[in-house]
Amino acid sequence: MNKTDVLIIGAGPTGLFCAHQLGIIGLSCEIVDNLDKAGGQCIELYPDKPIYDIPAVPECTGEELTNNLLQQIKPFNVKFHLNERVEEIKKVENRWNVKTSGGVEFDVAAIVIAGGVGSFEPRKFSVKECDKYEGNSLLYSIKDKTIFKDKTISIFGGGDSALDWAIELSNTSKVNLIHRRDGFSGAESSVQKVKQLHEQGKLNLFTKYQMESVVGDKKIDSVKIKHDEGETKEIKSDYVLGFFGLIMQLGPILDWGLNINKKTVEVNTESFETNISSIFAIGDICSYPGKLKLILSGFHEGALAARGCFKYAKPNEKLRFEFTTTSKAAQERLGIKK
Amino acid sequence: MAKITFNTHDNNTHTIDIQNGLSVMEGAVQNDIPGIDADCGGGMACATCHVYVKDEWLNKLPAKEDGEEDMLDMAFEPKNNSRLSCQLIVSDELDGLEVNIPSKQA
Ligand SMILES: Cc1cc2nc3c(=O)[nH]c(=O)nc-3n(C[C@H](O)[C@H](O)[C@H](O)COP(=O)(O)OP(=O)(O)OC[C@H]3O[C@@H](n4cnc5c(N)ncnc54)[C@H](O)[C@@H]3O)c2cc1C
Ligand code: FES
Repeated sequence: MNKTDVLIIGAGPTGLFCAHQLGIIGLSCEIVDNLDKAGGQCIELYPDKPIYDIPAVPECTGEELTNNLLQQIKPFNVKFHLNERVEEIKKVENRWNVKTSGGVEFDVAAIVIAGGVGSFEPRKFSVKECDKYEGNSLLYSIKDKTIFKDKTISIFGGGDSALDWAIELSNTSKVNLIHRRDGFSGAESSVQKVKQLHEQGKLNLFTKYQMESVVGDKKIDSVKIKHDEGETKEIKSDYVLGFFGLIMQLGPILDWGLNINKKTVEVNTESFETNISSIFAIGDICSYPGKLKLILSGFHEGALAARGCFKYAKPNEKLRFEFTTTSKAAQERLGIKK
Repeated sequence: MAKITFNTHDNNTHTIDIQNGLSVMEGAVQNDIPGIDADCGGGMACATCHVYVKDEWLNKLPAKEDGEEDMLDMAFEPKNNSRLSCQLIVSDELDGLEVNIPSKQA
């Protein structure tokens, strides 16, 4: 059991800055994110794209913003729990007991939901029967590539993951790469390599085909694919891999009894507390009149939510308003030596 | 201003007026048309604003910009008449546009 003052759900820019604001006022926190790294949309969707509207930062990329935020919270030694999705919350007396998908548990005084548009999850095939094979012969990510040795693998997708795995697995397996059009979104050098392997007969490339159905019993035997023009093919496959990027799913947050409106959580604008006391929501996931889904709004919301957490974490103390420029306490927490 | 018709998967039809300059996605979201999720708010990063354009409109729409086709690779059941509605900016020329919304966005 991890005991801390506040649990932040989501390591996007908003959650990261909220950790800073909690640290400054002397509260401890830990952060959970379903992704394998911090940064939320900035790191997952646009790490290399420049952002021009962070106050006092004329230009920085999604990745630079994330790194700067991580640098800024370094003094507080915030503990991250990555690759974990928050599943369940339960009120125990005045505190919250929180559980993640991987079985990590927390005992906290308050929860700050900074979950953006939801946790990032792999996009799945639209064909219904696929669910049945998911995890055994149909996969959306690869943990152990040795299982594919000498097998026939059908890979769907046209981005870097699909191309890179097709190239890599073609060394030890029979690979079919299936994509809905002739163009690819992955790196040009990988596209060239795939075409070359195809010409050398080391990989089968099917473009303008999409999945029609999967055939099998306990495991997949073959997959039927359909050309734009209607022609279908059945190809033997021991494994089917789908690489369609990630999608955001609100998931378990919907079941916690929060007031949800169009996939967002309603909050008050004084402390960004939700309809459930000691649960706060900030960033893209919160809604209130005038809400702008911008990073700068998330920073403001995080500053107020952090202060809102104080009375739950330290009910017997009074929070004083202070500036970091002049507050000795804040500077001590930041580890500033004078 | 353009009148745009959305056919949703449950066989309902919604015709709404959308102001010039807004995207078809924004018009749909503001009018609570079901089935347009637009998770990334128009950033061309989610493909959950995916629509199928009526065939006769395909060639009348502004061409896809870089990245739209890449993002459509990720969409739920993309077809040749697929577009991202956040990339369709409304103008008088779009008056009468009709699109079908896929059964799901993800
Ligand atoms: C292409 C693009 C360009 C953009 N450009 C700009 C710009 O120029 N300026 C600007 O201000 N904004 C921009 N934005 C918007 C900005 O990125 C978002 O407003 C911002 O990322 C929101 O931050 P957040 O911390 O609230 O949520 P997110 O960044 O979405 O992070 C939420 C995190 O929470 C995690 N999570 C959710 N639920 C759970 C759960 N149950 N368990 C564990 N983890 C969970 C998710 O995995 C995710 O990592 C852009 C967005 C896109 C897509
Ligand atoms: S709204 Fe996300 S791609 Fe259109």
